[in-house]
Amino acid sequence: MMPEAILVLTHTDEAGSSLTKSSLETVTAGKTLADRLETPLVIGILATDSNAAAKSLPGLNARILGVSGEAFEKPQYAADVAACEALCNAAQATVILAPQSSRMARVAAGLAHRISGSIDTHITSIQGDEAIEVTRWLYRQRIEATITRSVRPWILLIEGGVCAAYEGHEGEGELEQVAVELPELRTNVIGTRAPAHSGQTIRPDAKMLFVAGAGWTKKQADGQVHAGEAGELILSFLQKTSASLGSSKSLVDQGGDGQPVLPFLSHMNQVGQTGATPRHPKGLATCCHGEEPHVVGWRFITERRAISLDPNCGWARGKADVVYIADAFKVIAKVNELLALKA
Amino acid sequence: MSLHIVVCAGIVPDPLQTLEPIAGPNGPALKNEMMLPAVLDPWAASALYEAATLVSKFPGSRLWLVSLGPKAKLQQVMMTIAQKVTFELVAVDSASNGFADASATASALASGIAAIPDLDRTKLLLFGGWESASRGAGVTLQTVGELLGITDQFAGVDQIDMREDGSFEVLERVEGGKHQASVCAGAPAVLGWATGNLPEPHNNPQIGMANMRTVMPALQRAKQAALTNDGQQYLSASLPSQQRQTRVVRDLAPDAIAQELVEWIRTQ
Repeated sequence: MMPEAILVLTHTDEAGSSLTKSSLETVTAGKTLADRLETPLVIGILATDSNAAAKSLPGLNARILGVSGEAFEKPQYAADVAACEALCNAAQATVILAPQSSRMARVAAGLAHRISGSIDTHITSIQGDEAIEVTRWLYRQRIEATITRSVRPWILLIEGGVCAAYEGHEGEGELEQVAVELPELRTNVIGTRAPAHSGQTIRPDAKMLFVAGAGWTKKQADGQVHAGEAGELILSFLQKTSASLGSSKSLVDQGGDGQPVLPFLSHMNQVGQTGATPRHPKGLATCCHGEEPHVVGWRFITERRAISLDPNCGWARGKADVVYIADAFKVIAKVNELLALKA
Repeated sequence: MSLHIVVCAGIVPDPLQTLEPIAGPNGPALKNEMMLPAVLDPWAASALYEAATLVSKFPGSRLWLVSLGPKAKLQQVMMTIAQKVTFELVAVDSASNGFADASATASALASGIAAIPDLDRTKLLLFGGWESASRGAGVTLQTVGELLGITDQFAGVDQIDMREDGSFEVLERVEGGKHQASVCAGAPAVLGWATGNLPEPHNNPQIGMANMRTVMPALQRAKQAALTNDGQQYLSASLPSQQRQTRVVRDLAPDAIAQELVEWIRTQ
C-alpha cells in the first residue's frame, strides 16, 4: 500500500489575521492522523497574509505552505479553488483535510474535480487501523455510515466540534509561499450582512440551543393568538442566556402562508430536515410538535429538555432527557424572571 | 436580457417516512426503497421555485429541470411538481439513492445538460440545492459546474437580484447566521440554493396539463446512466441506536419547572 501524505487546508477568519477555529480543529485532526500513520504533515494556509496567519500554529512539527494576496481576503470560488489547487499540487498529498466551513464547502468539490481526486464531506470521525475509515451521516442525520475509499487524493471536510482546536506553544515554523495563477475574477464580494430584525439570534458557539416550535403562534387557552408576547418572551430568554435560536420549519413557513409570525425568525434559524443540525452542549425545545424532522435537528445536542403540552409527543420519548408537560408561555416567563433576579 | 436556467433536482424519500438501511448487492440501500413515497429534494425545490420566478420576470427566458432517479419514481414526483411551475424536463434514468457517489451522479447530470438542444451557455444559470436531503454532501452541483467549465459558483444561496446589465447580486449563507453578499458579472454561474425566500407554489392544474405534454415524452426518452462508485466502499450503514431514558414531568407547577430549568441552565 502506498504511504499516505497528509495536507490540512486552512483559512483565516473575517479579520484576516488568524486561522478560524474550525481550521485549528482540522489541524488537530490532521496531526492526529499523521501521528497515527507515522507520515509527514503539511499545512496549507489561504490568507491575505499567510505569514501572519501561520503564527496561529506555534510548535507544530509540519511543513507550512501558504498562498497570500488581496484576492484571498474574502471567500469566492474562482480565487479560492485556484489557491487550494496550487497548495495541493505543492504538497502532493494523498489525503487532504479541510474544515467544513462555508468557505471550504464552496470549493472542495470543484477542487476534487481539478486534482482528479474524490471527496467526502461532513466527516464526524476518522478511524481505522490500516485503511483510513471515516464516518458521516446520510439522509439528514438519520443514517450513520462508515466509508473508505481507494482513490487518492481523497479530500475530507471535517465537521466543526469533532476535534479540539490546535493549541501550540513555542516555536514558529517557516512558511513557504506558493504562487497561484488566478483566472479572470468575475465575482466581487461586497461584504457580509446580518439579519435585519432584532439583532443576531444564531450563535454557533452558544452553550444552549433554544428551539421555538409552531405552538408559540397558535391559539392559546384563552382562544387568542399571542405572537407578540411569544416574541418578547423568546427574545428576553435569548438575551438572558445568550442561547442560539432554532426553529421548526412549520413556524418559519407560516410567514409565507400569511399566519402570525415571530418577526426575528428566518429560514436560517430552521433546524431539522431542511435546516441546520447545530452542535451545542444543551438544547431546550418549546412548543415543538413531535416529528422525526425535529429529531434530525437535535442529533448533535448533548443534553436535551423540552416543554410541551402534549404528553404523547412522539419526538420527546427516547430523544429528550426531560420533557415538562406545561404551558411554555408560563414557564419561560418565570424562567426569565428568575434569570433576571439571579443575574 | 433573457436567461437559460437549468435546475438540477433529485428525488428523495418523503421526510416523514421512516428509513432503514439494508445491505444490497451493490452496497447499502433503503429497505422497501421503491415503495417509499418520494418528493423533489427540498433545497433543489427552492431552487426550482426561484428559477421559475426569475424566468417569469425576463421574457424569452427558458427553464429546464434536470432530474436523475429511477424513471418510475421520477414520474410519480413529476405528477405533483409539474403542477407548480412551468419547465422542460430532462430525465436521466438511474438507480440513484443517497449511498451513490456524488461525482458519478454529477457526470451523468453534466452529460444530460450538455445534450440539451438550444441551451445557450452564455446565458446559463445552473441552479440546484446546496446539499441534497439524501447524500447531503454538497458535492454534485459544484462538480457539474466544473464539468461544464463554470468558475463562478455560489453555495447556500438565499437571494439573487438580477440587474439590467446582466450582472447579479447574490446572498450566500456563511457562519454565524450571516449572509455574504457578492456581485457577479453575469452568466454563466452556478447557484446552490438553500431555502430562498419564496413559499411553495400552490398546485395549478392548468400548468400541470401544459407541463405533462412535455414531461411524459421526456420520461420516455430518458437515457439510462449506470453510476460508478469512484473507489467508495461502505463498511457500515446503520440507524443511530442511542435511545434516551426520558423523564416525563407532569403535574409540576410552572414556577417549579422554571426553577429546575434555571438550575440546569446555570450548571456547566
